[in-house]
Amino acid sequence: MSLEVKVYQKENRLRFATLLRESLSDIFKSRFLSTQLAVRDIKAQYRQSYFGILWAFAPPLMTALVWILLNKSGAVTLTNTGMPYPVYAFTGTLIWSIIVESINNPINSTNGARSILTKINFPKEALIISGLFKLLFNSGIKLILLLFFVLAYGVGLQWSLLWFPFAILGAVLVGTTIGLFITPFGLLYKDVGKFISFGLRFLMYATPVVYVVPKEGLLKSIMLGNPLTPIILIARNTVTGSAPEFLGYFLIIIACCIPLLFVGLVFYRVSIPVIVERFSA
Amino acid sequence: MNQNKNITTTDDVLVKVEGLSKKFCKDLKTGLWYGLKDLVSRNPGAKDSGNLRPKEFWAVKDVSFELRRGECLGLIGHNGAGKSTLLKILNGLINPDGGKVTIRGRVGALIELGAGFNPILTGRENVYNNGAILGFSRKEIDAKLEEIIAFAELEEFIDMPVQHYSSGMKVRLGFAVAAQMEPDVLLIDEVLAVGDLGFVLKCFKAIDTILPRTAIVFVSHNMPMVSRICNQVVLLDHGKVEYQGKNVGEGIDLYYKRFAQNESKVLFDDGTIEIKNIQLISSIKTNDGLPILNWNDEFKLKFKILTYENIDMPKFLITLFDKEQRSVAVLKSNEINSPIEFKKDRIEFILSHKNLQLTKGIYSINVLVSNMETGVPLLRVHDILSFQLVDKEDYWPPFLLDATYSEI
Repeated sequence: MSLEVKVYQKENRLRFATLLRESLSDIFKSRFLSTQLAVRDIKAQYRQSYFGILWAFAPPLMTALVWILLNKSGAVTLTNTGMPYPVYAFTGTLIWSIIVESINNPINSTNGARSILTKINFPKEALIISGLFKLLFNSGIKLILLLFFVLAYGVGLQWSLLWFPFAILGAVLVGTTIGLFITPFGLLYKDVGKFISFGLRFLMYATPVVYVVPKEGLLKSIMLGNPLTPIILIARNTVTGSAPEFLGYFLIIIACCIPLLFVGLVFYRVSIPVIVERFSA
Repeated sequence: MNQNKNITTTDDVLVKVEGLSKKFCKDLKTGLWYGLKDLVSRNPGAKDSGNLRPKEFWAVKDVSFELRRGECLGLIGHNGAGKSTLLKILNGLINPDGGKVTIRGRVGALIELGAGFNPILTGRENVYNNGAILGFSRKEIDAKLEEIIAFAELEEFIDMPVQHYSSGMKVRLGFAVAAQMEPDVLLIDEVLAVGDLGFVLKCFKAIDTILPRTAIVFVSHNMPMVSRICNQVVLLDHGKVEYQGKNVGEGIDLYYKRFAQNESKVLFDDGTIEIKNIQLISSIKTNDGLPILNWNDEFKLKFKILTYENIDMPKFLITLFDKEQRSVAVLKSNEINSPIEFKKDRIEFILSHKNLQLTKGIYSINVLVSNMETGVPLLRVHDILSFQLVDKEDYWPPFLLDATYSEI
């Protein structure tokens, strides 16, 4: 048995490929840790309540409900969406919340482990993965709600619905990639997190989450350019079974995100010691 | 473990630290800004690695040592001397700003016990949480669960939420999990200070059993513990190495000397009497003003005392304290018929003890003067004088009593 050798020095001029390989192998090796952390947080979240897991259904239901009411009462007139509005609004908010949670996941998970980060050396990637597990768990619950909406409003189950998980994965991929790049800065300065949450609130209205892309005008160009638009639209297409117009753009986004995700992982890995130093200084 | 023994020789260097340095920033905002700069530049601060940026200081500077299997290094120094920073670098939590650390083998850290505990979950569930963070697999924890629970002595409460545990119980559970690690290099910070005596003893027993196959770095302020388990020490002062070597006793004495300049404290004084001068006259030499005695030397104190009121001969009680502030010995008081007398308002006398058989270390002298008959105190002075006892051998108990061996 030869002992593993670790070297810590200032000029860790490690090659990108080495760092990426280490990062990926840590993700694989720490799978028990990431599941354990996710299970811990989910259990703890619901143990001290009577309704338990039911609370997970509340936030997406609320958002959808608000828009359904606004639409019904005529307070906000929206162009025809081509499908029952509740289904439209619900798929939109569902995917949107997944994107938002994925963006916030790396920073929140890392922040939540501050006290351990300064004391114990463990694969930090596990924090991100455990955050993803929690996110997928919540998404699973939302998916059950979605099926309910689809059946209740007579859209019916389409074969294309089988692609829906892939749309979710796309959303997670894009969100996580963005999140990974923001995280190191967000851990240093609280401003970053605040800025992101404000920014996303505006961005939601520049994405066809609760209303369709307008026929013309500035908002149309913004919406069509917005890289999050194809993700929302493709997800919705899989629900209704309509032709995926934005498939090309969607695939381009995904193709760009995969290498960027790797860069993000390496950046995260390299940044953690620098951040931990500032935590404890 | 057993198969390891055959392969690894006892003199392989597991920890090698060469010229290690680390700088920190005194100011939060500036520190964050430097952090941001370090993030953006791929090779953080390469150009000015040897220099400090404004508002920075060296938390650790030019520390080097080697540690082999079976050795234990004590890292001592006052608060903020850089001990914990050094430990964090060894643990790979932060990167050094200079120098190099090479560590071979699995590293275990007893820095925080019970990391990852969630208060609302049960002890059993939290064993898995904590174990996962320490790098165990589910199978390993399954296999060791009973042993962990037994070690923590929590059989009865293991399915109770951890939030209802006492702090001692939490620490016990945390240590029980950590004790399952089989590290090649073990880093210990001041975690063992908590817990009751029985538990601390248990911890040391656990450490003693793994010591032969482990290299330990032990950070502590508890010098008796350091002298008990360490075979070399590094004394840090403001990030720099002040003493380094195998002579643990000498390192500890130097550590104590930093606090030895304490002025004498008058705890009680009713104004009738004053100790003008006290001298250890049997001491032949001094170490920076600290009188030195050898083991078994005569202990001879000369007192010069002034009284401001007309009083009867008071009673003198002299107590010796070691540097942990434990009282180790008391010298017999004078009696009514002791041959000391007033000369007008003065009393001068010599107190002697033939063979002082204390062990090596620094001791301080406390004096209590009280009324011979009523016992009402007149004057009480702590640390009126310190002295150092030197000897070849270093022992952990306070006395080294002379002994002869003979055939029956």
